[in-house]
Amino acid sequence: MATLHTKSAARAMMAPAVIVLLVWMAVPLAMTLYFSTLNYTLYNPISTPFIGFGNYTYFLNDPTFLAALANTLILVIGVLAITVIGGILVALLLDQDFYGVNIVRLLVIAPFFVMPTVAALVWKNMMMNPVYGVIGQLLSSVGIPPVDWMTNVPLLSIIIIVAWQWLPFATLILLTALQSLSEDQKEAAEMDGAGALSIFWYITLPHMSRAITVVILIQTIFLLSIYAEILVTTQGGPGSQSTNITYLVAQQATSYGDIGAASAGGIVAVILANIVAIFLVRLIGKNLDA
Amino acid sequence: MGQIHLEKVRKAFGDVVIIPELDLQIEDGEFVVFVGPSGCGKSTLLRLIAGLEDVTSGKITIDGTDATELPPAKRGLAMVFQSYALYPHMSVRKNIAFPLKMANMDKAEIDRRVDYAAKTLNLDAYIDRRPGQLSGGQRQRVAIGRAIVREPKAFLFDEPLSNLDAALRVGMRLEISELHQRLKTTMIYVTHDQVEAMTMADKIVVLRAGNIEQVGSPLELYSSPRNLFVAGFIGSPRMNLINGAEAGKYKADTIGIRPEHLRLSTSEGRWTGTVKVSEHLGSDTFLHVESPVHEEPVTVRADGEFPVHSGDTVYLTPQEDKIHRFDGKGLALR
Amino acid sequence: MARRVTTQKKIVTTILAWFVGLLIFFPILWTFLTSFKTELQAISIPPVFLNFDWTLENYETIQSQSNYFHFMLNSIYLSLGSTALGLIVAIPAAWAMAFSPTKRTKDVLLWMLSTKMLPAVGVYIPIYLLFVRFGLLDSRLGLIVVLFLINLPIIVWMLYTYFKEIPGEILEAARMDGASLGKEITQVLAPMAVPGIASTILLNVILSWNEAFWSLNLTTSNAAPLTQFIASFSSPQGNFYAKLSAASMLAIAPILIVGWFSQKQLVRGLTFGAVK
Ligand SMILES: Nc1ncnc2c1ncn2[C@@H]1O[C@H](COP(=O)(O)OP(=O)(O)O)[C@@H](O)[C@H]1O
Ligand SMILES: [Mg+2]
Repeated sequence: MATLHTKSAARAMMAPAVIVLLVWMAVPLAMTLYFSTLNYTLYNPISTPFIGFGNYTYFLNDPTFLAALANTLILVIGVLAITVIGGILVALLLDQDFYGVNIVRLLVIAPFFVMPTVAALVWKNMMMNPVYGVIGQLLSSVGIPPVDWMTNVPLLSIIIIVAWQWLPFATLILLTALQSLSEDQKEAAEMDGAGALSIFWYITLPHMSRAITVVILIQTIFLLSIYAEILVTTQGGPGSQSTNITYLVAQQATSYGDIGAASAGGIVAVILANIVAIFLVRLIGKNLDA
Repeated sequence: MGQIHLEKVRKAFGDVVIIPELDLQIEDGEFVVFVGPSGCGKSTLLRLIAGLEDVTSGKITIDGTDATELPPAKRGLAMVFQSYALYPHMSVRKNIAFPLKMANMDKAEIDRRVDYAAKTLNLDAYIDRRPGQLSGGQRQRVAIGRAIVREPKAFLFDEPLSNLDAALRVGMRLEISELHQRLKTTMIYVTHDQVEAMTMADKIVVLRAGNIEQVGSPLELYSSPRNLFVAGFIGSPRMNLINGAEAGKYKADTIGIRPEHLRLSTSEGRWTGTVKVSEHLGSDTFLHVESPVHEEPVTVRADGEFPVHSGDTVYLTPQEDKIHRFDGKGLALR
Repeated sequence: MARRVTTQKKIVTTILAWFVGLLIFFPILWTFLTSFKTELQAISIPPVFLNFDWTLENYETIQSQSNYFHFMLNSIYLSLGSTALGLIVAIPAAWAMAFSPTKRTKDVLLWMLSTKMLPAVGVYIPIYLLFVRFGLLDSRLGLIVVLFLINLPIIVWMLYTYFKEIPGEILEAARMDGASLGKEITQVLAPMAVPGIASTILLNVILSWNEAFWSLNLTTSNAAPLTQFIASFSSPQGNFYAKLSAASMLAIAPILIVGWFSQKQLVRGLTFGAVK
């Protein structure tokens, strides 16, 4: 269904979407790249001399940056580990037949719809507060001294909060994949004498591998830019113990007014995200042909 | 009204040529059937005429005016699709009225035409239903209704019956033929089923790989196929094609003889053979006979019941004046 | 589940599943309960679960003291505005990609997707400076445009996967029937794609409602949505748990309900069709 007429119409119809996205992507990114080579602060925006890789060397030698880089990776990997393993387990559970499947499904999905600032504050105050928080009170009731989560284990606290928000996403997608596994396959394996564990290992898990990859890649994209959860809980602290790159870059710009350094940090974040994006785009592209 | 001429029309998708240069004249009021095996380019040709695809080169004229560049809506043609392509969110009435609404016709006239179409197509009872609530045959009628209300210059049908079951297909075939009798509007009808082609057409266009193999009335194609392809495609069961020594006797590379043109006997005849399979339909008897004249079984048709069975010996005699002769290139010798 | 499951096993599974479900849901449940407690009960040791004096005073305070409705309205404006803008731009684009694909369509789709993967901080600084320059900081319009842009790839993708399921012949029929391109899209394609468009709207509203990087960094008060409103509770005086809970419930309740209704579409939208 294509004539010259429809083809040119199609091009015209696509143009606005393509153009706005192109502008949105190219213009600010080019500016960021440009700023990252300038000694540019908001205190002295008139003089912005070119300093080449100066900001990058500054950034890469800054212990805060290195800590932020490490924190970013720990945050991503930690959340992925919890959500993928937890997601598989919960998905397996929800795939069973039990009373109230639909209601439990709703309960499990709910955290995904909670806005990040709410999730973070609820956890910080009502769950993790050493005195009044539910966790602390539960622990003290069995004689374990309460932990000051935000001060003693700030990064772990954030990992827990973020993992809670993303566990539903992983569960939902893995469950969808699980439900497309035909009962026949499992039954055939059972006839061949496979036990529950080997069915899981040799049939269910390989079947879910694709969905697991998708979960990992998509979550990574979002997890690399965790921001609000840090802002309303630890503000990156104590020190820089829970600062990630996104938070650091925003802080460099808004609090310290160092546009040059912040831009260099932004570019580093882009590079990090691109490494993941390449794999994700390939995976989805392959699926598009099928 | 309803004269369509194709001049040197050619269509390629990228580098793949689907329709090499082709000329075709369709006269006003004709019922023309494009027939050919699946994938030979029938739909593509029809869509070129409709304007749903651009020609790569060549010219399409409708009623004397050049329509090559016209968008589908401006060509004054109506199309009935294989999938019916009804608007699922509209009632039958709205479906049929849609083209009229697009033409900004006034409400009263739209209603008049829709009611008339619905009545002639026996759709009155379903007029407020959605297509999803209709049977295949009813949907087909709605699609036809949507086409006729526009009073187009020509109707284009793309395998309209192939989604219907066999019994319904025969009925709809008749209905479409009657419609043509009544409206006398040009119809171009695409099918891969040669029975449909033979029963409905004034003029059949046999296509193979985008090429026109032969154009003619059903009887012309039946009695004098221009080449082996047409000979094999038209007629059911297929014509027996025999090569080798037997063909040589007729100074041809291949001879063809239709199953109904072989005389059958249990006692004497030109060719001896053994019955391999016999099909007794009551009205006809079809035999597949193994015979030394040809490596493949020869198909024979006898009127009524012919009481032989697998393993019996029979004798076949071709009617000399019904033998088709073909040269080495597959072209008919006259 | 063709096989019969023994009742005993089913009961065990039921208990386990409900336990896990409630555990995951607990923070929300707790917030819900706390929002009806007095501040004192909210921090009582040991905590009270259900046996407290239910009160609506927190909700009343939130509404009267903070201009909650201002933030709520902003959230509505922002999510609906960016979604509407997104649909206007994405429907034609998805139409083109689904029904008039070319060799490059796939590349364009993947490229759009890749813009979604651009981390916000990669473009944040220039956007911030441009917003300052053009007075867009803390304006609804500015944030609507940004939210529209960050979600546009998802909208295009979702619509594309839905449109692909509509047979092209129906649109061709409309074309034969004399429909112009505009009518083909508004009177034939759009009504047929209503379920797909609806789920796209839902997902996009959810994503915009909960967006937290741009909303926090580009607004202060005038255009600030609920995300920002809740963030203001992070300061020490936010230790009023009951009020925090009431505010939180007000902020998440609408979207939680929307989300529950659209859970199926969520998978499709967020995985770009990679998992069905
Ligand atoms: N849009 C298209 N792009 C590329 N090839 C096409 C297109 N449409 C049809 N074809 C090819 O053209 C040939 C003829 O198709 P078609 O006209 O549908 O055959 P028919 O209707 O006779 O079965 C087929 O080989 C088909 O694959
Ligand atoms: Mg066809």
